Amino acid sequence: MDRERLSEYLLRLADNALISGQQLAAWVGHGPELEEEMAMANFALDYIGQARMLYTYAGEVEGKGRSEDELAFLRDGMDFRNVLLVEQPNGDFAQTIARQFLYESWYLPLLEALAISTDRRLAEIAACAVREIRYHLRHARMWLVRLGDGTDESRQRMQTAIDLLWPCTGELFAADAIDEWAAETGLGPHPGSLRPAWDAKVGAAIEEATLKRPVSDWVARGGRRGRHTEHLGYLLAEMQFLQRAYLAANW
Amino acid sequence: MATSSQAARASPGRGRSKKAVWDQLAELTDPEIPILTLEDLGILRWVRVGADRITVGIAPTYSGCPALEVIELNVVEKLKNCGYAKVKVERVLAPPWTTDWISDAGRKKLLDYGIAPPAGGSRRTLLGEDLPVACPRCASSDTAKVSEFGSTPCKASYKCNACLEPFEYFKCI
Repeated sequence: MDRERLSEYLLRLADNALISGQQLAAWVGHGPELEEEMAMANFALDYIGQARMLYTYAGEVEGKGRSEDELAFLRDGMDFRNVLLVEQPNGDFAQTIARQFLYESWYLPLLEALAISTDRRLAEIAACAVREIRYHLRHARMWLVRLGDGTDESRQRMQTAIDLLWPCTGELFAADAIDEWAAETGLGPHPGSLRPAWDAKVGAAIEEATLKRPVSDWVARGGRRGRHTEHLGYLLAEMQFLQRAYLAANW
Repeated sequence: MATSSQAARASPGRGRSKKAVWDQLAELTDPEIPILTLEDLGILRWVRVGADRITVGIAPTYSGCPALEVIELNVVEKLKNCGYAKVKVERVLAPPWTTDWISDAGRKKLLDYGIAPPAGGSRRTLLGEDLPVACPRCASSDTAKVSEFGSTPCKASYKCNACLEPFEYFKCI
């Protein structure tokens, strides 16, 4: 039973990382400037690297012989356990920045807590990822402030993006039975415990960017149970096409 | 009849010392920054010489660095060429690699190659502190960051305001 719960917990982390990586990779060839394109490609690599380590571990714990590739490419949307926030479309540059900022403001403290997990292997993976995500978050925050406190156009786009994605942030802090179990066993932090720091840090950045913090309390949720927005299906179709059309394709 | 120690010596791998294997691997270079050896980078962590196989511990730099797979292939190939048939590479995550693992010789090589070595230690960078980076060409500290990112995950792009040359900086993490 614990193996089942552990593999589920790892799969959530892995899916968040893979979907984030796939999204950022889609900026290659479309970045607003060369440096940003390199940034997005670098971020994507970090996320995909994290996803690979987590999938490999999840597959081993699950014990059904599924490899990282099978978990990434041969599961359907309803089997994916990522939060809704990461599957929201790239949109314009402001929307991608808003998504990465809101997500990584949660993901970084989560990783910091996981780095002292009672599960040694997860702690090691998290400790590696912390170094990378700290850099990502710095970048996202810099752009949030720069665009928010920029021209009328950039400010309006940044505000629209924050407003659009805000309802997807509540899900980050909602706990289900797996999260409660993880918190009790010291595997990971209780999601609710991450809220106060997130509120303070995100609030401060939004203020510095001269933007308005959305007031809506409505929360979209369901990602961890496999109930996703329509965007995930399109993303998976593109990402999984090759492996599904040419089973066991390799190079 | 062979004694047990002679038998051990005759079996593959045992004939050569851990140090010999280490020395072979230490001179392999990073595929992206070919002036740095695995030893300079500090990613070669340990070598275990077993009865029938050699296991090598390599620490990944960035989680998704594409150079890692090439490095692993190079390690296996190098040892195969030296006559070791069974080689396994293990990825070592703890303690995590940081730029503090780069040797002084490695830092000097980077500088000579035109890449500014990491400034300061990783602990300070983790606190969000950005130390001044000196130009690898003219040594001026009047430099500006162009982008936090560069041609590989480990580098950032800078320019020198004194000699006006662009250069890469090996990010401190």
